[in-house]
Formats: sequence, structure tokens, C-alpha cells
Amino acid sequence: MFVLKKSKGDKIADGAIYTFLALFALLTLFPLYYVVIVSVTPYMEVMKNGGFIIWPEHFTFQAYKEIFSSARIPQALKITVFITVVGTVLNMAVTTLLAYPLSKKAVPGRNFILMGLVFTMIFSGGIIPLYILVRSLGLYDTVWALVIPGMVSTFNLLIVKTYFENLPPEIEEAAKVDGCGDVTTLFRIVLPLSAPIMATIGLFYGVTHWNEYFKGIFYLSDKTLMPMQVVLRSMIQTPNVSTELSVNSLALDTLPPETIKMAVVVVATLPLLVIYPFLQKYFIKGALLGSVKG
Amino acid sequence: MAAEPIAAREKKSIDSRPWRQGKLSSVYRSRWFYLMMVPGLIYYILFHYVPMAGTLIAFQNYNLMKGIWGSSWVGFDNFRIIFDNPEFLQIMRNTLIISIYKIIGNMVPDVILALMLNEVRVRWFKKTVQTITYGPYFLSWVIVYGLAFSFLAPGSGLISTFVRDMGWGQIDLMADKNFFRPMLVLTEIWKNTGFGAIIYLAALASINQELYEAAVVDGAGRWRQLWHITLPGLRDVFVLLLIIRIGGILDAGFDQVFIFLNARVYDVGDIVDTWVYRYGFERLEFGVAAAMGVFKSLVGLILVIGANKLAKKVGGSGIW
Repeated sequence: MFVLKKSKGDKIADGAIYTFLALFALLTLFPLYYVVIVSVTPYMEVMKNGGFIIWPEHFTFQAYKEIFSSARIPQALKITVFITVVGTVLNMAVTTLLAYPLSKKAVPGRNFILMGLVFTMIFSGGIIPLYILVRSLGLYDTVWALVIPGMVSTFNLLIVKTYFENLPPEIEEAAKVDGCGDVTTLFRIVLPLSAPIMATIGLFYGVTHWNEYFKGIFYLSDKTLMPMQVVLRSMIQTPNVSTELSVNSLALDTLPPETIKMAVVVVATLPLLVIYPFLQKYFIKGALLGSVKG
Repeated sequence: MAAEPIAAREKKSIDSRPWRQGKLSSVYRSRWFYLMMVPGLIYYILFHYVPMAGTLIAFQNYNLMKGIWGSSWVGFDNFRIIFDNPEFLQIMRNTLIISIYKIIGNMVPDVILALMLNEVRVRWFKKTVQTITYGPYFLSWVIVYGLAFSFLAPGSGLISTFVRDMGWGQIDLMADKNFFRPMLVLTEIWKNTGFGAIIYLAALASINQELYEAAVVDGAGRWRQLWHITLPGLRDVFVLLLIIRIGGILDAGFDQVFIFLNARVYDVGDIVDTWVYRYGFERLEFGVAAAMGVFKSLVGLILVIGANKLAKKVGGSGIW
């Protein structure tokens, strides 16, 4: 806001705002910091203090060694990495191929199709019919049950469609004059111009797959197919960590169960924290594009 | 010289295929576009529209083995079972209360954070705060549950041990009926406020700066500018998001509630979707569970349409 000269009241208000924002940022970071600390605190420190503390004197990476030498966590990570990579590629392909024609006003039936897609955002058949469908398609208890039922997110589709609509039409017209067909134009001309939006939906889809929990609960009973989040949830809840990890290690008895649990939380969080700063600059734009009325 | 052959060619193609004029010809010209859409459309039909038709099992005594063709039809029996169920009112109450808590607990902090960030003139500070506060949006509810656990677990959580060490006794907030709903709201604020502020920040940025200049000339202070320019500038976005939230009022956030829920807090935390899950996946009463799903979807649809009409009536633009 414009203020000609800052009064005393303005300065106090500014001070309060800066302090509050700094505190909010710290409160956001603190839980993440704290789980990392818990995951590396040795048992003797916990015993000495009668609980976990904010800064231990010694560190141990025993918990990480244990979870990576267990059977369950590496298996769950493998599944999660698979659905994240393969799922995101499929999502982006199908979404782009659907969004591009929908960005062309001249395609007959476009509005009808668009209405049909947007309608799915406000009405759904619910989870039970979907479950029965997944079973009758033979996807139940396969890794594809984690990928195929979420192939296109309508929100992401609309973001991409809006982005395509806002590209300068001259470029595509020039491509047409040069004899490019619709398919060639999409791949040679449009996609190279769409890196920011591709990064955005790639991030959204990737994160969704990495965080996949419910499809595992709904569509899988085979424990070896369970994604990371499902394993993490049952790890946090269990009183008996070593059964949950299915290992018989003596070392587990020398580590507090919370230390192991929090190490799993860190393993499930870390990849997100690592890619986040790189993709951060894109997703804000993307989030806003999606909110433009389609 | 070049103009003539092209014109001639066009003429010829029109002559030889008269149906290419008008609608059919533009359908033909879009053939590659239709082909591109095939995988996506199959997905939407299969995974959105087929399940909508699948809600027919709400009128069946559905049996997984017999399938939709073999199960017997029971009319509105499943709906009668739901509405006669003594749990029904409890579940509706829980769902509405949690939803309303979360609508308030989401929208108000989002606006406040955006307003505060909008006042910040130090660029690096603003950017740092934004980067940090957006982050948790991308964490799953399971991870947030893990973080809450590290603070609240009886006997080992940071807050629980602090309370114990102060001599205030043992607490188990994660299984505490009075704390369950506040915990949902608090974790929701922690996770989603930063991201939720983005859209309001954009709306703030699009307010015509001349309005502020004029206001200053007229002697308006900071608060008057906030009241007369900034808040009206946020109104449309706020109403739009509110409509969407009202449409989803029977959702109450299944992903979060399901993950935080435990049997000791069913009284206050069991919502429509968790009930559907238990009836369908645990008791295998698919017909009853589907009926509840249909009920929920219909209410949601009516609410979205109603809220949109209302928004238009009071002068907003609505969603469509």
C-alpha cells in the first residue's frame, strides 16, 4: 500500500507483520527439523533426558541402517519410485494429448467434451463403484491399480489447456504454413514452448504418486505391492516396529521405536524436499493458471 | 503465379468432396485432434462415467461374487438402512462440524497470510517466507500424521513429555475426543495455509494501484485502504473458493480424517467417507455404502449449484 510518510503506528504494524511472518516460517520448519533430530538421537540420550530433546550431543544413523536392511522399506520404496516415474510419464502424455485439442476452439464438440470433463469435478459415483470397476478390470492387486485410476487430473488438464490457449497463435500458424500436421506441431513447436507448465504438472503428478496412500488401501491386499505411505502409516501406528519391518535384529532393541519411525518419516519426505526448491518457481504460475476460469 | 495453383487445388478438393464444407469438413480437419484425445476420453468414460452408472448398485443387495448383473434389486432399501441408522445423525453432525471448522480454518488464515505478505517490502524476506510456507502443501497427510506423532505420542512426543516433566500428568492427545477436531484444523493450517495464500496474493497483485494512490491523496490511512480497496479486491476470489468449499461440505477431507482417525475418537471424528469405507471395505455391505456415496454426491451437486446461484444473486460472478 502507498503511504506518504510512515507514522509511528505504521512502523509498529510493520514490525508486528515481520515478526509474525518470521514466526510462522519457523513454525513451518520446526516439525521437519525435529523429526530429523529424533531419527538420529541414540537411546542413551533419550534415557538420560527422559525423552527426546531438540539438540542431542551424539548422533547415530543406526535407524537408517536398520530400515534399509529390512525387507519392507526398500520394497515399498521400489514400488513408490516405479509408480512415480512411470505414472508421471503416462499422466503427462495423456493429459497433454487431451489438453491440446481442447485448447483449439475450432474442434467440433470441444465444448461438449469440456463440459463432460468439468462435470466430473463436481459429481462422482463415489469410491465403491470405482472399487468394483477396478476389480472387474483385473487391476486389483496389481501395481497398475496405483497408476491407471488416476490417469488424468482435471485440475492439471485445465491448467495445461489454459496455457496452450495463451500461446501466441502465430507460431502454430507458421508451422502449419510450413506443412506441419497437428501432431508434429504439438511435439515440435508447442511442447518445447511449454516447459514451465510441463514442469508444473510434472511436479503435481509426481508428488501425488509419491504420496499415494489410498489406492494402496483400496485396491491392494498384497503387502509386497504397498507403496511407501501405506507402510509408513502402519509403522507409525504399530507398537512393535521390528515385526512391522519384518526383521529380527538385535540392534532394533537398542533403538527407541520412535527413532525408527521418524527415520521412515524422513525417508518418505526427503525426495520431496530435495526437488521442491528446483520446481518451486514453476508451480506458483501453474497454480494460478489453473484458477483461471476455463 | 503461385496463387493460381493453390486456388485451383482448393477448388478441386471442394468439388470432389462436397461434404467437406461446413461441420463435417471441420470434423474431418480435426481428425488428428480426435485421435489425440482417445486415451484421455477412454480414461474419463471408464473411470468417471462408468462409476456414475455403477451407482445403480445403491439399489441392489450387491454381492461381489454375483456382480452387478447377478445381484438382486432392493429398491430404496439401502437408503432406508442409512437414514434409519442411529449413527446417521452423528456422522452428518461430525462431517458438517469438521467441514465448517476446516473452511474457516483454511480460508481465514489464507487471507491473513496473503495480506501480511502483501505488506512486506523487503523482497528476500517475502520470498523466503513464501518458499518455506508453500512447502508443506506437498507433504502427504501420512507424513503430517508422523510429524504430529513426534509431538503428541504418549510417552515420547515432545509436547507429551514436556507436559509430563512439568508434572501435569500423562496426556494422549491423539486419542483425545476433545482434541481431535482442533488437531485436524491445526494440521490443516500448518500444511495448506502457505499454498492457499498464493491465489489471494495474485488477486492482490491485480488490484489497480491507482486506487491506492488516489486513496492516499484523499487522506486514507492504511486501515481505510485495507477496508475500502484491498478487501473488496479479494471478494470475488473469496466467494469463488467458498462456493467450491460449500459444494464439498460433505467431504470434510477424507484423506486427512481417515489417517488421523482411531477407534477412540469415532464419536467426534467418524465422517461420511470413513463410514462408507467401513461399510464397504470392512463389512462388505457394498449396496449400503454405495447408497451413502450417492447421497453424498447428490447433496454436493445441489450445494454447488445452489451456492453458485446465490453468489450470482449477490453480485459475484460465480463459477460458471
